[in-house]
Amino acid sequence: MSQITIHDLHDKLTAKEISAVELTKQMIAHRDAAEGEIHAYLSVSDEAALARAAAVDARIAAGEAISDMAGIPGAVKDNICIKGETCTAASRMLEHWVAPYNATVIEKLEAEDYISLGKTNLDEFAMGSSTENSYFGPSRNPWDTECVPGGSSGGSAAAVAANEAVWALGSDTGGSIRQPASFCGLVGLKPTYGLVSRYGLLAFASSLDQIGPIVKDVTDAAIVLNAIAGHDPRDSTSIPMEKKDYKKALKTDVKGLRIGVPDEFFGPGIKEETKAAIQSALKFYEGEGAEIVPVSIPHIKSGVSVYYIIAPAEASSNLARYDGVGFGFRMPGEDIVDMYIKTRSAGFGKEVKRRIMLGNYVLSAGYYDAYYLKALKVRKLLKEDFDQAFAKCDVIAAPSASGAAFKFGAFSDPLSLYMEDICTVPVNLVGAPSISIPVGFHDGMPLGMQLIGPTLGEERILNAAYAFEQAHPEYTKTAPKGDM
Amino acid sequence: MKYEAVIGLEVHTELRTATKIFCSCKTSFGAEPNTNVCPVCLGLPGVLPVLNKKVLEFAVRTGLALNCEISRYSKFDRKNYYYPDLPKNFQTSQYDLPICEHGHLDIEVDGKKSTVRITRAHMEEDAGKLVHHGTSITDSDYSLVDYNRTGTPLLEIVSEPDIRSAKEAVAYMEKLRAILQYCGVSDCKMEEGSLRCDANVSVRPVGQKELGTKTEIKNINSFRGVERAIEYEAMRQAQLLEDGGTVVQETRTWDEKEGVTKSMRKKEEANDYRYFPEPDLVPFTVSDEYIEEIRKTLPELPDARKARYMKSYGLAAYDADYLTNDKDRADYFEAMVAAGAEPKEAANWLMGDFAKLLSRDNLEMKAAPVQAAAMADLLKLIAKGTISGKIAKQVFSEMWTSGKTPETIVKEKGLVQISDTGALEELADRIIAANPQSVADFKAGKKKAVGFLMGQIMKETKGKANPQIVNGILTKKLSEQ
Amino acid sequence: MALLSRLAFDPEELEEMKASMNSILTYMDELNQYDTADVQPMVHAVEQYNVMREDVPHTSFTNEEALMNAPEKENGYFKVPKII
Repeated sequence: MSQITIHDLHDKLTAKEISAVELTKQMIAHRDAAEGEIHAYLSVSDEAALARAAAVDARIAAGEAISDMAGIPGAVKDNICIKGETCTAASRMLEHWVAPYNATVIEKLEAEDYISLGKTNLDEFAMGSSTENSYFGPSRNPWDTECVPGGSSGGSAAAVAANEAVWALGSDTGGSIRQPASFCGLVGLKPTYGLVSRYGLLAFASSLDQIGPIVKDVTDAAIVLNAIAGHDPRDSTSIPMEKKDYKKALKTDVKGLRIGVPDEFFGPGIKEETKAAIQSALKFYEGEGAEIVPVSIPHIKSGVSVYYIIAPAEASSNLARYDGVGFGFRMPGEDIVDMYIKTRSAGFGKEVKRRIMLGNYVLSAGYYDAYYLKALKVRKLLKEDFDQAFAKCDVIAAPSASGAAFKFGAFSDPLSLYMEDICTVPVNLVGAPSISIPVGFHDGMPLGMQLIGPTLGEERILNAAYAFEQAHPEYTKTAPKGDM
Repeated sequence: MKYEAVIGLEVHTELRTATKIFCSCKTSFGAEPNTNVCPVCLGLPGVLPVLNKKVLEFAVRTGLALNCEISRYSKFDRKNYYYPDLPKNFQTSQYDLPICEHGHLDIEVDGKKSTVRITRAHMEEDAGKLVHHGTSITDSDYSLVDYNRTGTPLLEIVSEPDIRSAKEAVAYMEKLRAILQYCGVSDCKMEEGSLRCDANVSVRPVGQKELGTKTEIKNINSFRGVERAIEYEAMRQAQLLEDGGTVVQETRTWDEKEGVTKSMRKKEEANDYRYFPEPDLVPFTVSDEYIEEIRKTLPELPDARKARYMKSYGLAAYDADYLTNDKDRADYFEAMVAAGAEPKEAANWLMGDFAKLLSRDNLEMKAAPVQAAAMADLLKLIAKGTISGKIAKQVFSEMWTSGKTPETIVKEKGLVQISDTGALEELADRIIAANPQSVADFKAGKKKAVGFLMGQIMKETKGKANPQIVNGILTKKLSEQ
Repeated sequence: MALLSRLAFDPEELEEMKASMNSILTYMDELNQYDTADVQPMVHAVEQYNVMREDVPHTSFTNEEALMNAPEKENGYFKVPKII
């Protein structure tokens, strides 16, 4: 097996070329062989996976129709609750915390007879872009283990790239699905804010978080999105809407599609190879009859500032519950305040503490107006920019990251690492959907391009992404560590 | 120097919804610890709140009853602070856009009417309960936490500093309680904590315009406590100023046993709640139609009811006030009148014997063992002359304990009033013959002698003789002697 | 700020934290170049209003489920150190 996708395996399962149990066993064996080098997983759930696989086989044997994802082994980022399994957020704080309930996305996947081989690594509480902030150690990039897999959903991306999972769920607050997908040569989709329920996703920044797929190709992205999207009455920010079949958007025709290219996304921080790869992608689209439209989104420049005010502000409050009282890690203390301080100081890593401190700073009396309120207002200006741009174009093309995956320890200064998020954070701030697809290689490492759509414009970006992917099979290669 | 108190009250009332404000756990009082909880109210990682429709409805209804403006656009905010009864370490509340603003409420103390303005009323979630191991919070080795109450919907109603005495504060609380009960939004039991009151108190020399330094008093658990705590605190501050001292702005706790307010140790940090808009809840808009729909469901409120009682039933202000400041009492009264009781008599009974037994048995109006219809029957027996008012008291007491109808009691105990003139004349003759001294006294002009003979006849008939008839007979017969 | 965050740092950590926060906050001053006097703050990425649920009870946790992850418990309660 070299091209391991949900849709190919689904065909094999229904044609009875392979059973779900055989497939699951093979994947488990491969995962166990690869994990020593990759470290994509924080915990595994083989017993449950094999039981589910057997149930799917029984259904196939009984001649029942199975759903697209049925019996296909995947993995779930370890900040999404699966009842009865640990959910650590890669933090010492939750090292032994067992989720007593299922996230909505897990309930939806259960209805599809999904199989999960385990929970994947991430930067602690999804704060980071390399998995170097994981309490349990980083994951490695299957294209080059000297490089980071990206983050925060780095474990999910590494697992899929190394064929340790066919698909994986990630979460994206400021690029945490798209950037690791880009670093690992995969497709990553951040849906419109509110399209996928956040219930059961450990909150980092409530107004920015979204769950989405990290997969091999655009078809798989549509399949997973079909499974997890939909209104959830338990999430007040979930958009009430009819269910759609995103597979219908998988068309190669892009004639007349207007692709906006904002200069601001291609500033001095973006590497030449990235710009060149996207330029050639745009040439392809032009050749297919699409129209390239210059648009301007001036406030993209402020995206990093706005994001690193709003996200830490929300996080400082969301993470206040980790106090050693009701669940999770506790460090004994002489009194309640002493216990709080000792627990939180020992339970959180450095980056999480930095963001909690930043968040409390920008919300505190005297700084609220200058930082938090100002950021909310510039966020509005950014949203207006995007609205104006989408009046002129259907999708926006942008880099997924400044370049290919970087080496471990490449960034020692937090601010310079934050600046790397310039391409992804504006999308979360305005709630738009965005898909990252492989768009070429540089020195053997994958490069990614984002196709950003307007609110609920998933079909448009899937269409554009699919058209490019179908014409460029050479970019959808398996990582060296993925050979089975 | 003469000082006057300036008082503002912050009242928290638990709304009587079936479920909590942001999750579907029940809101019942007194359940086993940590059993009315779910991932959401426990603040577990990954959970999200969803607003209970009923909470908004109750808040708007209360706001209308308190003459408030209802915000057409409102939202929730997070109030961030660490305390173990608060599982998320933030309380979801309303900060700059409360659902209700600019209301008022009229009170009357010793015939003096005044208006207390209401600054705002906003929705928020309640915290859990702490049980301290030891005699008090300060000398406990550890504490235990029960999250059953966490997420119970609260309405916080904040008044302007328009209250000038402890008595006015009580009148405000009583009026507020009545309104909340009339609206059917809260049980308002201070003892169970479903109505709570913090008081902001300052004093200033009479005639001075500027406000003095205020203190905030917490832990007031009864109406009596409201009066005593404020009285004490105003006196304490006045004494302090009189002695040349200054009032320190601080939070104080009311010690019910010792009858004093005590300083609560200042927290090591300044209160910085870092309020910000709750990103997990979306804002809400309130339409004119929605408000009008709720306005239609508003019941007749205490002031209107009182006015009606005075006008239609001719009740005195005091009586009408007494009846209407408890909705259940007023409902009971009206049920009696509807069942044929004479309003003034009904009021007298409710304020008299009925109130006595309620308080003796420590019962609430709703738990009274005698139904309004039975009370009306009792009053009708008096009106018809079947029993005397005195016997009625005996019958009422029997009704209270046995639950029997007044007719049954009167029949079983043979308490029917004797109005048979022939029989009473015969009895009068006997009594007069047996008491020559009284006859002599009467003739000597001592009219009291009639009373003595009447007493003898009542004794003989066990109180059943119709006193009016006996009085007539005696007067006539004595004059004829 | 550390107390507000319920965090403590050793001197070295504190220096590093301060330095990084300073450079981040200084960078953020670039936001002052935008005139936002007439701009409405944007809290939610997608505008929605009036999301509410019916007042109907669900099944709650058992006491055992509620206390399943408690670091310390006693008689059905969560147990915490003394509160000052």
